[in-house]
Order: sequence, then structure tokens, then C-alpha cells
Amino acid sequence: MKQETEYRKRSRIAFICKRFSRNRLAMLGLAMVLVLVLLSATADVFFDYHDDVVVQNVRNRLQAPGESPGHILGTDQYGRDILARVIYGARVSLSISVLVISVSTILGILLGGVAAYCGGVVDNLIMRINDIFYSIPFTLMSVCIVASLGGGIPNLVLACTIGVVPGFARIFRSAIMPIKSREFIEAARASGSTEIRIFMKHIIPNALGPIIVQATLNLASTILAISGLSYIGLGIESPTPEWGAMLSEAKNFMRDDPYLVIIPGIAIMIATIAFNLVGDGLRDALDPKLKN
Amino acid sequence: MSKYILKRLLMMIPVILGMSFFIFVILEKAPGDPARIILGDKAPAEAVEELREEMGLNDPFLVRYINYIGDALRGDFGTSYRTHLPVFEEIMARFPTTLTLALGSIVLTVIIGVPIGVLSAVKQYSILDNATMAGALILASMPGFWLGTMLLLLFASKLHWLPATGAESWKSFILPCVALMASNMAMLVRMTRSNMLEVIRAEYITMARAKGASEKVVIFRHALRNALMPIITIIGMNLSSLLGGTMIIESVFALPGLGTLAITAVRSKDIPLVMAEVIFIALLAGFINLFVDVLYAYIDPRLKSQYVSRKRARRAAR
Repeated sequence: MKQETEYRKRSRIAFICKRFSRNRLAMLGLAMVLVLVLLSATADVFFDYHDDVVVQNVRNRLQAPGESPGHILGTDQYGRDILARVIYGARVSLSISVLVISVSTILGILLGGVAAYCGGVVDNLIMRINDIFYSIPFTLMSVCIVASLGGGIPNLVLACTIGVVPGFARIFRSAIMPIKSREFIEAARASGSTEIRIFMKHIIPNALGPIIVQATLNLASTILAISGLSYIGLGIESPTPEWGAMLSEAKNFMRDDPYLVIIPGIAIMIATIAFNLVGDGLRDALDPKLKN
Repeated sequence: MSKYILKRLLMMIPVILGMSFFIFVILEKAPGDPARIILGDKAPAEAVEELREEMGLNDPFLVRYINYIGDALRGDFGTSYRTHLPVFEEIMARFPTTLTLALGSIVLTVIIGVPIGVLSAVKQYSILDNATMAGALILASMPGFWLGTMLLLLFASKLHWLPATGAESWKSFILPCVALMASNMAMLVRMTRSNMLEVIRAEYITMARAKGASEKVVIFRHALRNALMPIITIIGMNLSSLLGGTMIIESVFALPGLGTLAITAVRSKDIPLVMAEVIFIALLAGFINLFVDVLYAYIDPRLKSQYVSRKRARRAAR
């Protein structure tokens, strides 16, 4: 009897944290994410944004990694330190993708939640409009948006958000759907809670698991999407350091200096792997049934 | 069944209309005057104004959209502002390249991905399984355009085995297909593995083993067939997203496909071309999704009953 009460005292969150911390790969991913965040937050301590990242220094151009002691990863075609640009690039990629995912998650919860909760005509209307956006190929739409409204970070965020929200709305709707007919919702309604309170206090917290997993996994794909758009010249503009843009600028030099294209690509990969590992770990921790 | 297909086809109409309207609105905001683009910078202002009138660019926004849709329904998608060729011809000229790319990469994905996924599930937690999962994780996290660039560097610049750009022979499609395939294959391998793992534990598999079926028959006839459903979803999803998503890979390899066409069209504000291309790709994606859903019914008889109208189902129940 005593054991059972102790077991019950442990909250679900503590349980999930414990399962997550036992997963070695997920912890590796979490460590990678923390390192990335720490590096991009403290970049100003090690480098000067203006001197190392923006100003061209043609005399030092195209030094291979290890060639000069001041530049561990070498310098690019304009003589800028690649390590500094990669680290500042992490700041750009992380902040944009976190912004995109936060906005998309809120919109996704609102759209999917309202659709699932209200049902009927509202559900149909929201989901059909959602289908319209869902059916536009992501790259094509981003190209249209960026080409019409111009490049730069706000429009890139807009394009990515429009790309992510329809998928989120669908998934969140199906996550919220089964909760709304559970007994505790009925109990809350019987005890006189307002609909908004039921939605915010009872429905959302219980659907949070799949929402968090989707958000984390989509962080990885958003990082990829941002770098892809910057690669075709529609994302972040020079001289702001962004991994995809660095790659595309270095294309003409890659035959003789392949490190110019190899390093930013590895940076993209590390960031994406980190978020994918955390996302997979979270999914396994939240729903052990899925793990085989 | 035919009723279901008809219903799905009808449901595509509002989606296509809404989508084309959205793109029309966005392109409206794009800087630059199409008449000015056609005539060039040196043309006199009167000529530009005359052409604007002739093209109907001075009409209100909604009138222009309705005119456009009306023409499109009659099969006239207009002529490209840039090349003055009918838009439909332009798209058809570029479509085979993109289709080859998309189909090639899907076929490669399935041929390589499904067996690896099955093997990985059968030998769960072996070194092979762990290596596969690690490989899948890395492939899924790798940007396709970067993989493409690396392949170019190795096979075209260093080894000179394959051409770097253009679409002259089948050889030029190998590298783009592989670059396009990577992330899809990672997804397919993971999906196949987890589905197989689920199915392998089912009772009918134990039963098949108990009745003395060989391991090969158990895995391929009994298990894989039941694990196939989500695999087909993935293939359908990938094919429809590939048709619109080859843009970046096409520009890495300078392939003359729909993607590179779209990029130049958007940049030069070639509205008829962009619109036609968006509608074309969305229609294709819609048909592919419908085809996949119909295919389900043939593979899984349980689903077929859902397509039968409720009335008939009730009658059958009686």
C-alpha cells in the first residue's frame, strides 16, 4: 500500500524526464543542443561580429584549415574567419528556426484545437482552408513569398511559418480530438468550468506530448529549409553569416578549396542531428509504446 | 468506389482555386511591372501603358483573377512574359526532366530502402541494425543540396566519372537522384523497420511459423505485406512533394527542370508561368494522393468497406 502511494506521488513529468535521461542518444542530442546554444549565445566573447564576420580581408583569403594559427577552420574567399562565421551562423539559424517553430506551434494549437474542439462546420472550414495551404509545395511557395515581398529575415520567417503551420494544425487536431470526449472534460464541464478554461487548462496540457515532439523534430527540418532557401539565394542575404548562404557563395571556389563547402554543411548536419536526437528521445520518453 | 473517386476529384476543385488565388495575391505584391519587363527599360511610357491596357493589367484585381481562371478552364494558360511561348509548352518541355528525377529517386529509394528496413527489423539490435539506424539518422539530417555538392566534388571534380551539370544523358541524373533520395530513404528505412517490428510480433506470424512456413515466406509473404501500408503512404507523399521540391537540387546540378523554371519565372515576375506551374504541380500532387488512397483499398480489403457507401453497408449487414 505504501509503495503504491509513493508511486502515485511521482509526477508524469518526473517520469518522462527519467526515461529521457536513460536514453543515451537523446542525452547526446541534448548536450549538442546545449553546446550550440551556448556557443551562439557567447559568440561575442570570442569574436568581434564586425571585424571577424563582416569585414573583408582579402590579404588573408582562402587559407586552408590549420594553415594559419589565427584561423582554426581557415578563411573564406573574402578572408573572413570561417569558425567565427559558422558560430554566428548558428545564432542566425537557431534564432530564426526557434521563432518559426514558436509562432507555428501557437498557430497550430489554435487552428487544430479550435477545429477539433468545435467540430462540425468550424472544423470543416478550418481544415479545408488548411488543405489549400497544405497542398502548395513548400519550396515553391517560399520562392513566391520571398520573391514578391523581398528577401530578409522577416519574410523568411513568414514563408517558413506558412509552410509549417498546416502540418502542425493537422497533427495537433488529431492529438486533441480524442481528449475532448474523455471523462475528465465532462467532469470539468459539469463543475461549471467555462469552455475557454477547459480548453486551456484541461485539453492543451493533455495534448502537449505530441505537440512538443512535433515542434522539436520540425526545428530540425526548419534549419534545413532555411539553409536550402538561403542556398538558392532567397533567404538570408550576405554578409549575414548563414550556413546555406556560405555554401552557395563558396560554390565557385569548391574545386580548389573544398573545405569552404564542407564546413558549413557539417555545421548544418550537427544542428539537425542534435534536434532530431532530442525529438526522437522525447517521443520515446512520452510514449514508450512506440519504441520497439 | 467510383463515387469515392468522383468525390475526391470534386474536392480538389476548391483546393486548386484557393491555392491559385493565394499565389495570385502574393505575386500581385511583387515589385516590377510586367508590361515594363516585356518591353524593356528603354521603351517609352506610352507603349508600356498601351500594353498594360491590352494585357488587362489595369483591370481591378478580382476581375483579372476571374479572367485568368476563365481562360485557364478553357485550356489557355497564357503566354510567358519572358519567352512569349505558350506557358503549357514551356512546362511540358521541362516536365520530363523533373519527372525522371522524381521517379528515379523514388525507385532507388524503394529498391534500396525496403530491403534494408526489413533486414534491420529481422536482425533487431544487431550491429547491422544499429549501423542502419545511425546511417538513417545522418542521412535524414543532411541537407540534400549539400550532399549533392559533395557528390559533385567527389564524382565530377575529382574522379571525373560523371558529368557535373546538364541533362544530356542518363548519367547526369545519377548524382541528382542520389542527392534527392537521401532524406526520403532515411524516412522509408525507419518506417519499414518499425512497421515490420510491429507486425513480426503479431500472432498470425507465430502461427505462420508454427505451421512450418520457411522464414523467407514468413517475412516476405506474411509480414512485409502487412507492413506495406504506411510504406505506400510514404512513397506517395514523397512523390508528390518531390515534384514540387526538386527546385534546390535542380539548381545545384543546373538541370533544366520545373524547379529551375519556377525560380527564373518568379524572379522575372512571369505571372502566367508561375501560376500555371503552381496549378500543374498541385494537380499532380492531388492525383498522386488520390491514386495512393485508391491503392490502399486494393492492398487492404479492410479499408475497402469504408469506401462503400453507408447505405449499402447497412443493407449488406442485414
